[in-house]
Amino acid sequence: MDWMYLLIVLVKAVVVVALVMAVAGYAVVGERKIASWVQERPGPNRTTVPILGSIPVVGWWLRRMGFFQLWADGAKFFFKEEPTPAHVNKLYFLVAPVVAFVPAMAALSAVPFGQYVGSDGVAVPLAITNFDVGMLFVMAVSGISVFGIIMAGWASNSKYPYFSSIRASAQLISYELTIGLALLPVFMWTGGTLDLFSIVREQGGVVGGGVFGLPKWFICIMPVSALLYLVALFAESNRLPFDMAESETDLVGGFHTEYGAFKFGLFFVGEYAHMTLAAILFSVIFLGGWSIPFVSMDAMPVGLLGAVVSVGVVFVKTVILMSFIMLVRWTLPRFRYDQVMDLGWKILLPLAVVNLAVYAVILALVEG
Amino acid sequence: MSKTEEVFSFGDAAARNAALEEEIHGDTMVLNVGPSHPATHGVLRLRLELDGETIVKCDPVIGYLHRGEEKVAENFTYNQFIPYTDRLDYIGPIHNNVTYALAVERLAGIDVPERCQAIRVICCELARLLSHFIGLGCYGMDAGALTVFMYMFTDREKIYSLMEELCGARFTTNYTRIGGLQRDIPDGWLDHVLKVCDDVEKTNELCDKLLTRNRIFYDRCVGVAPLSKEDAISYGVSGPNARASGIAMDLRKDKPYLGYENYEFNVPVGTNGDSYDRWLVRVEEVRQSVRIIRQAVTKMPGGLWYNDKATKIFRPRKDKVLSSMEELIQNFMITTEGPELPVGEAFFEAENPKGRQAFFVVSKGGGVPWRLRIHGPSFSIISALPKILPGCLVQDVPVVLGSIDFVMGDCDR
Amino acid sequence: MIQQAATTPETFGPVLLQIVLAIAIAVGLILLSNLLGQRVAKRSSFSHTPYECGLPMTGNPHPRFGVKFFLTAMLFILFDIEVVFLFPMATVYRALLAAGIPILAPVLFFLAVLGVGLIYEIRKGALKWEGR
Repeated sequence: MDWMYLLIVLVKAVVVVALVMAVAGYAVVGERKIASWVQERPGPNRTTVPILGSIPVVGWWLRRMGFFQLWADGAKFFFKEEPTPAHVNKLYFLVAPVVAFVPAMAALSAVPFGQYVGSDGVAVPLAITNFDVGMLFVMAVSGISVFGIIMAGWASNSKYPYFSSIRASAQLISYELTIGLALLPVFMWTGGTLDLFSIVREQGGVVGGGVFGLPKWFICIMPVSALLYLVALFAESNRLPFDMAESETDLVGGFHTEYGAFKFGLFFVGEYAHMTLAAILFSVIFLGGWSIPFVSMDAMPVGLLGAVVSVGVVFVKTVILMSFIMLVRWTLPRFRYDQVMDLGWKILLPLAVVNLAVYAVILALVEG
Repeated sequence: MSKTEEVFSFGDAAARNAALEEEIHGDTMVLNVGPSHPATHGVLRLRLELDGETIVKCDPVIGYLHRGEEKVAENFTYNQFIPYTDRLDYIGPIHNNVTYALAVERLAGIDVPERCQAIRVICCELARLLSHFIGLGCYGMDAGALTVFMYMFTDREKIYSLMEELCGARFTTNYTRIGGLQRDIPDGWLDHVLKVCDDVEKTNELCDKLLTRNRIFYDRCVGVAPLSKEDAISYGVSGPNARASGIAMDLRKDKPYLGYENYEFNVPVGTNGDSYDRWLVRVEEVRQSVRIIRQAVTKMPGGLWYNDKATKIFRPRKDKVLSSMEELIQNFMITTEGPELPVGEAFFEAENPKGRQAFFVVSKGGGVPWRLRIHGPSFSIISALPKILPGCLVQDVPVVLGSIDFVMGDCDR
Repeated sequence: MIQQAATTPETFGPVLLQIVLAIAIAVGLILLSNLLGQRVAKRSSFSHTPYECGLPMTGNPHPRFGVKFFLTAMLFILFDIEVVFLFPMATVYRALLAAGIPILAPVLFFLAVLGVGLIYEIRKGALKWEGR
C-alpha cells in the first residue's frame, strides 16, 4: 500500500463526504426556500453571521436567501437536549441513526461526479473509486439503510414509531424491486457494463444520428425506465407523495418520535443524503451525467477546465432534479399506505417487467 | 406507581379506565390518538381499537375544552355574554355573536332594521368563508397537500383584516349587541369586502383545481367513512356534513332569518356522504357565500344600524346620554343591570358554518338569563364518529377528521 | 479511451475508507451532541415514558403485526432473486446477440415465468392491502 495513494484517496473521501453533507444540508435550506416560494411567504431570510453578513451586496443577498440558516440550525442541534429515554433498547437506539446515515455516504464512493481527460487522452472518472460493479454496489449499500429505520422503530419501544418503521420498511423493499428492474434495460443497452462511468460515456451525442433531434440520454431512449426510476426514487427516499413513514399528521413523528438533537439530525441528514444520492444517480444514468446536450463525448473539454465543467454540469442537473423533487413535495397530497403498496406491486412492478421485455426485443431487432 | 399512573388512578376515571382495559381481548390493539396530536383539530381524544390496520372500535373522549359557558351565562348580562359566544365556534366567531343576538332579540320580541340585517348577513357569510377555508385547508394538509393550507390561510388573513377594520379585533369580534351592532360599518369597508371576495374566489378555484380531480386525493377520499342519510338524521348531524349525506337542509332557506329570502343562492347537496362529498360541498358553499356577500353589498340599505325603539334594551346614543336625563338613566340601567327582557323563553337556530347552532334562552325577567342552552353542531358529528370510523384504516383518521371539520369549542362549550 | 474499471483491492480499499470515515463522522457527531447538549433531568418521569399524545401508554409496545407484512417480505425475496439472476443476463445480452446466439427467446421465457408468478399472486390476493 502506497502511502501517497492512501493520502490521495483519503483527501478525495473527505472532500466527497464534506461536499455531500453540505449539499444535503443546503438541500434542507433549499427545501424551505422553495416551499416558501410556492406558498407565497418569505421563508428563512434573517439569520446572519457577524462578519460575512456585512459584506455589502453579497452578504445581504446570502442572508435573504437563507444561506446562513443551515449554520444556525446545525449549531442548534448540537446544543439541544439529548435524551435517551429510559424505556428504549439502548444499543439499537444508539446504532440506528448511524445505520441510517452511513449507507448513503458509502454508496457515493462508486458515483462519478465528473471526468478528467488527461494529456494522454485517457478519461478518468472523478469518483472515489472506479468499480466495475458500480451500480450494483450502490443499490446494495443503499438498501442497508432500511435496517436503520427498522431498528429505530423497534428499539423505541413505543407504538407510533413501531407502526411507522414497519410500514416504511415494507415500502422501501417493495420499491427496490422496481429500481432494479427499471435499471436493467440501461445495462443491457450499454453492452454489459454496470460501471457508472461507462454509462455516462455512452450518453454523449445525439440519438440516431440527429434524426429525432434529441440528445442521446437514456431518458430519451428509454423514457419508461426513467419514469419508473423517478417514481421509485420518491418512494425510496421517503418523500411525499410516499412519505407515510414520517407524516406528522398520522403518526406524529413516525420512527423518529423518540429521538432528539443530533440523533434526529442524523436521520434528517441521512434522508436528504439519500435524496441527493438518488438525484445524482438519476442525472448520471438518465440525464447524461456531465454530457452537454448534443455535444459528443469526445468533444468535451480536456484537462482541468474539462474536469470543472463536467462537475459543474452534473451539479446543475442534480440541483434541477432536486428542485423538482421538492416542488412535487409541496404540491401533491400523500398516498395512503395500501395505495403505496398497490402502486408498487400491482402497477410499477408489472410495468417494469414488460418494459424489460420490450427492450430485450428492441435490442434483438437492433443487433440482429 | 409512577407519577404518571398516579394522576389517572383515582376515582371514576380509574374505574372507567380499568373497565375499558378489560374489554380488550384478542388481537386488537388500543391506540390513543390523544388530545395532543397534530391531526385532531383541537383537543379531542380518540381511543381506537385496531385490528392490524383496520379500526374496529372508536371511542371519542371530549370535554378537554369544557369551560362551563352555559353556567357562565347565568351570571352575566345578555350583552356581557357576547364575548363568550366568540369562543364557541372560534373559527368563525362573528357568526356566534349574530346567532346569540338573534335568539335574545326573539325573546325580547324586537327586530332590527334592514341595514343591521344586511350587515349581519355579510358578517355571517364572512364567518362562513373563514370557517370553510380552515376546513378545506386543514383537510388538504391532513391529506398531505401542505400548500393548500398556506394559500387558504393567506386569504383568511385578509378576512381578519376586514374584521379588524370593522370592529377592532381580528378574532374575538364581539360585534353584535342585543338590538343592533357595536357600531356602524366604517367608510370604504364595503369596497374592501368586494376586493377580498375576488381574492377568495381566486384561491378557492386554485385549490379546487389542485385537489378535486387529483388522482391521489380522489383515491384517498372517495368511499372513506361514508355517513348514510339515515345515520345522519338519527345522529342529528347538520350543516355541510348532512348536506354531503344527501339531506337537503339549509336553515337559511328552510327557516330564513336576517332577510336571507331576498338573496339568491344555491345549496349544494351531495350523494354518498363520504369524505370526497364533504370536500365538494364546502368548496361549492364558498362560491355561494361569495355570491351572497356581493348581493348584500350592492343592496346595502341606508338607515339605522340599531333598533332605536328598544329603549330599555339597546343603549341610547352617546350624545343623548351626556345631555339628557332619561337616556342617562337608561344607559346606566342597561350597562349595570342588563337589558330589561320580558319573562319567557325563546329558541333560535341558525346555519352556522359547521351546522345548526341553536340557543335556547329562558328568562325570568331582568337583565341576566335564567338558563342558556347552547347546541353546538360539532357535538353531533363527533357523536357519529363511532359509527363512521370503524372499517377505515388508521391512516384514514386524519382525512376523516379533516373532512368533518369540527371545532372543539363548539363541541365542549 | 477510458480508464478501465476493475475490482481489485486498489479499488475496494477506498470504499472501506469511505465507510470508516462516514461511521466516524456519525459517531463523532452524536458524541459531540452528547457532550454539548443540555442535561435531561434524571427523575423527570414524563420524558422517560413513551409518547402517546399526552396520556400514558397502555398495552404492548410491540403488538403483533399482520401477516401481510411477512407475505410482502417473502415475495420481495423471491422477486429479488429473480432480479439478481437478471443482472448477469443484462451484462452479456448484447454481446451474445452480436455473436448471433439466439438469446431473445430464453430471456422472454424467463420474464414470462416471472410475470405469470406475479399475475398469479396478484389474482390470488396475496398482495391485498386493504381489509383484513
